[in-house]
Amino acid sequence: MRGWGARRHQGRARRIVFAGPVPVTALALLLLTACSDDSPSVLRPRSEAAERVEGLWWLTFWTSVVVVLLVTAFIVQAVRRGRAVAAEDAEQGAEEGIDTRPVPWGPPFIVIAGLVVSGAVLAGTFVVSLRTLDALAGPSGDPALTIEVIGRNWWWEVRYPNGAVTANEIHIPVGRTVEVKLSTADVIHSFWVPQLNVKQDQVPGMDNRIELLAKEPGRYRGQCAEYCGLQHARMVVYVEAEPPEQFDQWLAREAAPAAAPTSPTASTGRDILLRSSCAGCHTVRGTSAAGTLGPDLTHVASRQTIAAGTLPLERGPLADFVRNAQEAKPGATMPPTEVAPEELSAIVDYLMGLE
Amino acid sequence: MTTVVEPDWKNELSAELDETWHSPPGLREWISTVDHKRIGMRYFYLGMVFFVVGGVQSLLIRMQLAGPDLDLLSPEAYNQLFTMHGITMMFLFAMPVLSGFGNYFVPLMIGARDMAFPRLNAFGFWVLLGAGIFMYSSFAIGQAPNNGWFNYLPLAGAEFTPGINIDFYSLGLIFLGISSTGGAINFIVTILKLRAPGMTLNRIPIFVWGELAMALQIVFALPALTLGAVLLTLERKFGFHFFDEAGGGDPLLWQHLFWVFGHPEVYIVALPGFGIASAIIPTWCRRPMVGYTYIVIGELAVALVGFGVWVHHMFSVGLSNITLSFISLASFMVVIPSGLQVFAWLATLVSGRPKLSSAMWFVLGFIMIFVVGGVTGAMFAAVTLDQALTDSYFVVAHLHYVLVGSAVFPIFAAIYHWGPKMTGRLLDERLGKVSFWLMFIGFNVAFFPQHFLGLLGMPRRVYTYQEGVGWDAHNLASTIGAFVLALGALVTMVNWYRSKQRGAVAGNDPWNGETLEWYTSSPPPHYNFVTVPTIRSREPMWDQPELAGGAQAPPEGGRPLTGGHVTLSTSLLDARPQAIVHMPHATPWPFYFSVALTVLFFMILVELWYIAVLAAVASVMTMVGWYWPRHETQET
Repeated sequence: MRGWGARRHQGRARRIVFAGPVPVTALALLLLTACSDDSPSVLRPRSEAAERVEGLWWLTFWTSVVVVLLVTAFIVQAVRRGRAVAAEDAEQGAEEGIDTRPVPWGPPFIVIAGLVVSGAVLAGTFVVSLRTLDALAGPSGDPALTIEVIGRNWWWEVRYPNGAVTANEIHIPVGRTVEVKLSTADVIHSFWVPQLNVKQDQVPGMDNRIELLAKEPGRYRGQCAEYCGLQHARMVVYVEAEPPEQFDQWLAREAAPAAAPTSPTASTGRDILLRSSCAGCHTVRGTSAAGTLGPDLTHVASRQTIAAGTLPLERGPLADFVRNAQEAKPGATMPPTEVAPEELSAIVDYLMGLE
Repeated sequence: MTTVVEPDWKNELSAELDETWHSPPGLREWISTVDHKRIGMRYFYLGMVFFVVGGVQSLLIRMQLAGPDLDLLSPEAYNQLFTMHGITMMFLFAMPVLSGFGNYFVPLMIGARDMAFPRLNAFGFWVLLGAGIFMYSSFAIGQAPNNGWFNYLPLAGAEFTPGINIDFYSLGLIFLGISSTGGAINFIVTILKLRAPGMTLNRIPIFVWGELAMALQIVFALPALTLGAVLLTLERKFGFHFFDEAGGGDPLLWQHLFWVFGHPEVYIVALPGFGIASAIIPTWCRRPMVGYTYIVIGELAVALVGFGVWVHHMFSVGLSNITLSFISLASFMVVIPSGLQVFAWLATLVSGRPKLSSAMWFVLGFIMIFVVGGVTGAMFAAVTLDQALTDSYFVVAHLHYVLVGSAVFPIFAAIYHWGPKMTGRLLDERLGKVSFWLMFIGFNVAFFPQHFLGLLGMPRRVYTYQEGVGWDAHNLASTIGAFVLALGALVTMVNWYRSKQRGAVAGNDPWNGETLEWYTSSPPPHYNFVTVPTIRSREPMWDQPELAGGAQAPPEGGRPLTGGHVTLSTSLLDARPQAIVHMPHATPWPFYFSVALTVLFFMILVELWYIAVLAAVASVMTMVGWYWPRHETQET
């Protein structure tokens, strides 16, 4: 089965084969946009599980191509016949009547193509798909690490066994099996990082799990796949796969309490944060801020994005988001923060220091 | 046109039947009619209005998604639009229009003078109108349903959607279900009991089989949705906990109830479309359908196996693998009966002498598109592949290939094939072909790239997407295609209007068709046929030359059935005459009943319980009026 997925250079052939039913315009547009390297594509797997899915894809894809080509051939033949018949009728100056003679090859053709061959192909595909299902069922031995990912409106809470809590960016060690326990704090979400595994829903009351086992380091994009309301579109998750030593360092750092402010403004910012509404929803470990509604901010500056992939973690966007989260993410739980501009700047100073 | 001299006996019969079946003009008559053809036309027109509305919604959606991070629609507006687009296209466009064709053509094709329950038929239309107004009034207050047509809990519960958006959804679907259920029962009884003498089971036109399969599915599938909607209403309005995990309920219960209905719903929309293709192919290929039996078995098998695959919409929720394996097997199996039909169509196409009319082009387009949707459907039967691709744009592509393929293209084919029968005038063939190519190219440009979007990791039901993820170009292509598709559909609507104004007169049988709708005039008179014919063939119009005059003479088996508002009832298997059935006259009571129900549902919506009780009482009173015995006939 691996052979199906191993070669990636079939992209061009794929488009040409589909050219039959697809108009030229679509073809041209698609050729112009060869898969971007940034895409979290199912066809660029970076784990064994995702490779197996890709293998199943190519099997069903090529079967489909054969079926579509066969049907296309019949349709083309019907059109050619239609043109020929029209010419004949025009020549004779009259239309030929109804032909009620039986078609001797008709019923056997229908049974063989529609039942015997289709049945065999479908049965074969079913068996292969069961093997893939079995292979992905896991657990494949003891996981090196078990983490919890909790879907929330509209971001991801990530908890590590050593007490580290982060959001929206999941770090994992390359080459190690990581078990992800999936749950939800509100509605149904679905965890989907296409390059690493299939998707798994997060349903209230269910203990779902999925395995992440990245073959190579990288930053893999994922997104909530079950419609979860107003900001379903802005619920991105990243899986950061890094070498085990680097991961261990990161994990130890994440478990530590927040860094103390290093400048007077940052210090002011911390004080404002602690006495304002911020602390009611956010936790900064090592301070009195212990809210649980929003993401843990203890090491917020170590992340690359804020608001579940909505904005890059930079001063400007962060300040805008703290001032009024509703602009970038209308409907988000976080209300606008009523602070003076210099207070806002101080808060951002403090947050940017929370590495 | 030359004047055809009709035989005296035919003129006399026509005059007498006209006397019996004629209804005077006027508003009261307009709301009272029970003529299946007028009701069928109303279903058709109302459905097409909703097609335009749903189409405009889709164009707004596509404009919002034309590029990354666009701001045309707010997230809330987008969510309401995509929800109502789905509800509209499934419940208010596809089902009504396909029922409309069924209403119009089933009695004609089986040689009956009306549907079995004409008043129920009229009632079904008025309820559809009431339910459509009910659901669309939600836009007037900016609170249209906003959680998708699948409406998952707990998101759709009172905690996360406190507005009345979802009450419009649940009450609207309960309300609409009354119409669909009544209509389905009407189809089943009509098809099984009112066929012309001699139309044995194996002579029933395939389109009629398709409507029967659809009706059987509605009767068995719809209760699950109605139950779900009732439980949801109780949970939202009275604090029950059917779906609330914290209260001991189960959010998956909703998913099961919804998809036990929702998957058959796909076939409910597809089977009549298959039937339309099967009605058009033999006429335009000038040969009987090759493999009639396989197609009929295929349609019924789809209707049956279609009930065993609902869980493939839930492969990612965390059910046991053994469950998934069984449903996976059923999902692979359901491909086979659909495949049988496709191969029968192909065999007929290449063995016949096809004429490439507009209707035929739309059917060829339907087969191409539906097959692409079918093979991607088989991909979703493979569990892990489904788990990878479900809830991504790959599904959006797949479902549009299946549904636009098997509903929209056949409906447009039917407009060109049957439009002349309905209006008496031909449509322009050149415009028809322009319309087809615009729609076919537009459709593929709109939806083929969405396969790639799904593979590239784009989830569905997102109001926007980020730049730099590689999704921009495909989305732009999709938006352009959607507009081309809309333009193509518009061309056919213009064509319809022009044909009604100044199209060439069609005559009884412009295409040399094989089934009984071509036996009568275009449009048919109130009583459908001067004589109810006796049938001796599966293609009566081809094999029984005496039908060509529009009235089979009594010595050859034609039954005038004058002297009352009556039709003929025949036996179930071999259509032997059994009884003369008295048909009810026009009456406004079904209209009054539906008005009372509309008020009732609005009052439940706004929780004005006293008025709701009054409306419920009024509903009962209208039923009494409906059934009140009268002197002139035995009414049903």
